[in-house]
Amino acid sequence: MIALNACEVDPPIKEELPSDNIHLVVPEGWPAPHYDFSTNPLTQDGFILGRKLFYDTKLSRDNTISCASCHQQFAAFSHLDHRLSHGIYGLFGTRNAPGLYNLNWQTDFMWDGGINHIEVQPTAPLTNPVEMDETIANVVYKLQNDPDYREMFNKAFGTTTVTSQLMFKAMAQFMGMLVSYNSRYDLYMRGRTTLSASESNGLSLFQSHCSNCHTPPLFTNSQYLNNGLDTAFADAGRGIITGNPPDMGTFKVPSLRNVALSQPYMHDGRFGTLQEVLSHYVSGIKNSATLHPSLAGGISLTAQEQNDIIAFLKTLSDYTFIHDKRFNDPFYN
Amino acid sequence: MKTIKLLSIAFIAFSLSISSCKKDPDETPAPETPGVTTGNLALHFENMVGDSSLVLNTQHYVNMHNDTFNVTKFNYYISNIKLTRSDLSVYTEPESYHLLKADDAGSLDFILPNVPFGTYTSIQFMIGVDSARNVSGAQTGALDPANGMFWSWSTGYIMAKLEGTSPQSTESTHLIVMHMGGFSGANSVLRTVSPSFNSATANVSSTVTPEIHFKVDVQEMLSAPNTIDFSVLNTIHMPGASAKLVADNYADMFSVEHIHND
Repeated sequence: MIALNACEVDPPIKEELPSDNIHLVVPEGWPAPHYDFSTNPLTQDGFILGRKLFYDTKLSRDNTISCASCHQQFAAFSHLDHRLSHGIYGLFGTRNAPGLYNLNWQTDFMWDGGINHIEVQPTAPLTNPVEMDETIANVVYKLQNDPDYREMFNKAFGTTTVTSQLMFKAMAQFMGMLVSYNSRYDLYMRGRTTLSASESNGLSLFQSHCSNCHTPPLFTNSQYLNNGLDTAFADAGRGIITGNPPDMGTFKVPSLRNVALSQPYMHDGRFGTLQEVLSHYVSGIKNSATLHPSLAGGISLTAQEQNDIIAFLKTLSDYTFIHDKRFNDPFYN
Repeated sequence: MKTIKLLSIAFIAFSLSISSCKKDPDETPAPETPGVTTGNLALHFENMVGDSSLVLNTQHYVNMHNDTFNVTKFNYYISNIKLTRSDLSVYTEPESYHLLKADDAGSLDFILPNVPFGTYTSIQFMIGVDSARNVSGAQTGALDPANGMFWSWSTGYIMAKLEGTSPQSTESTHLIVMHMGGFSGANSVLRTVSPSFNSATANVSSTVTPEIHFKVDVQEMLSAPNTIDFSVLNTIHMPGASAKLVADNYADMFSVEHIHND
């Protein structure tokens, strides 16, 4: 148990988990994870430390914003109903907060892929002036001066000296443990449930029209593509990172797991419902130099077919994941 | 030629005079402690602007384009230090990452420990942080992102930073903010350099910690092959053509001023 002394400010961490619950699950049929913890051995104490950091507003400049402010478990760690997210001082960012799950299978992060490693991913929101507006050095300072954190770093890494490296490794342990693989679709694939006629038809349609980019089992091909949102790009997306003309206006193909739990949609959150998304692909595709050729002219789908695809997409909601107590906010549990 | 010819002649003459009065470079002193075969080698970096020592903030300089400027920050990484002995054997410093900051005198002097005894005739290092460490996740020490030499929007290290002001800068407050980064492909600003010892040697032994004194010339960073005009180029915040212009310049900003063997 975490000691309860000297803990007036922070509520105590919830009861520790059996250590055998803290291991990386690689679901059957999935590729090997890109990040497998071989350089950051996953431990119960490391995970618990990472979880506290994820939920701690200390990571922001004025102690008001945590990672979880914009990554809510009930929305598969996206920001429900927020087209854009508000950070410190109520300032708004420019992109929709994506869901966080199956991150160990990603080679790069953010809508534009600008971040090349899960361990350094938090450097962006921590230091972004409209998100947490902190400095890494000051976060380390705050943690170093917190006796509970010193104890937790000691348990996780055998040292009471806080460094950004250890902080980021602990956070990677929590983030990497967020594996979503228990949706109804997954149970169906394991032969443990059936799909309705509509869902089943939706699956067939999805395989014909969507899965080239939203490829199972991760429901993304991990590429940066232009899906026809705009003729002129207010946000150049991947092009900002690479500077290459073919990347202008392209964004990471998002995973569709938990898609029905994580509205709104697109990099700027412009679509509030799945129906709007389907309508876009059917009749809203806008031409531009980098539009993915498979979308030129849109996808031909009847209203019923669109409904069936949406019914199928809802089978990708993983309620086990969003209710997994291991991932709950330790400050309120 | 970037160096003034007269100066180089004088410099060579000076180097020769050093080498002429030192011991036979092949005569490595026997270790005094049995079993001990390594010693220390000290590196000292003096930041310069042309012939003057760099003074931050208060001192104003003129670049080769005749723009006036001052320097408020001058940071750079050197990494992957390799030392070659007279027998051509090479010592590679392990975990070789050093962040040098003009506003932190301590960072400009450091010791390489565990250097095998011998007569060293050349040094090689990288300006910047090798690509591997740019893609390997959270790092610490010199590579801690808390040092302010790390981009989080497009992750990777800022290999060198020059900040200051110039009346010629068209930036709204006349700032110069040059952050050179980019570790891969055509956008790489990594440069591997080998400033000449000019026939001098560094003789590591049980009794001698040689000190290699480098000059690091901001003026070189701003000229040759690319003369920087602050009215055209004053802000660099991403990898690309501008950062590479400066990198091609800083590739020869290091020179060995002299080596002490005492």
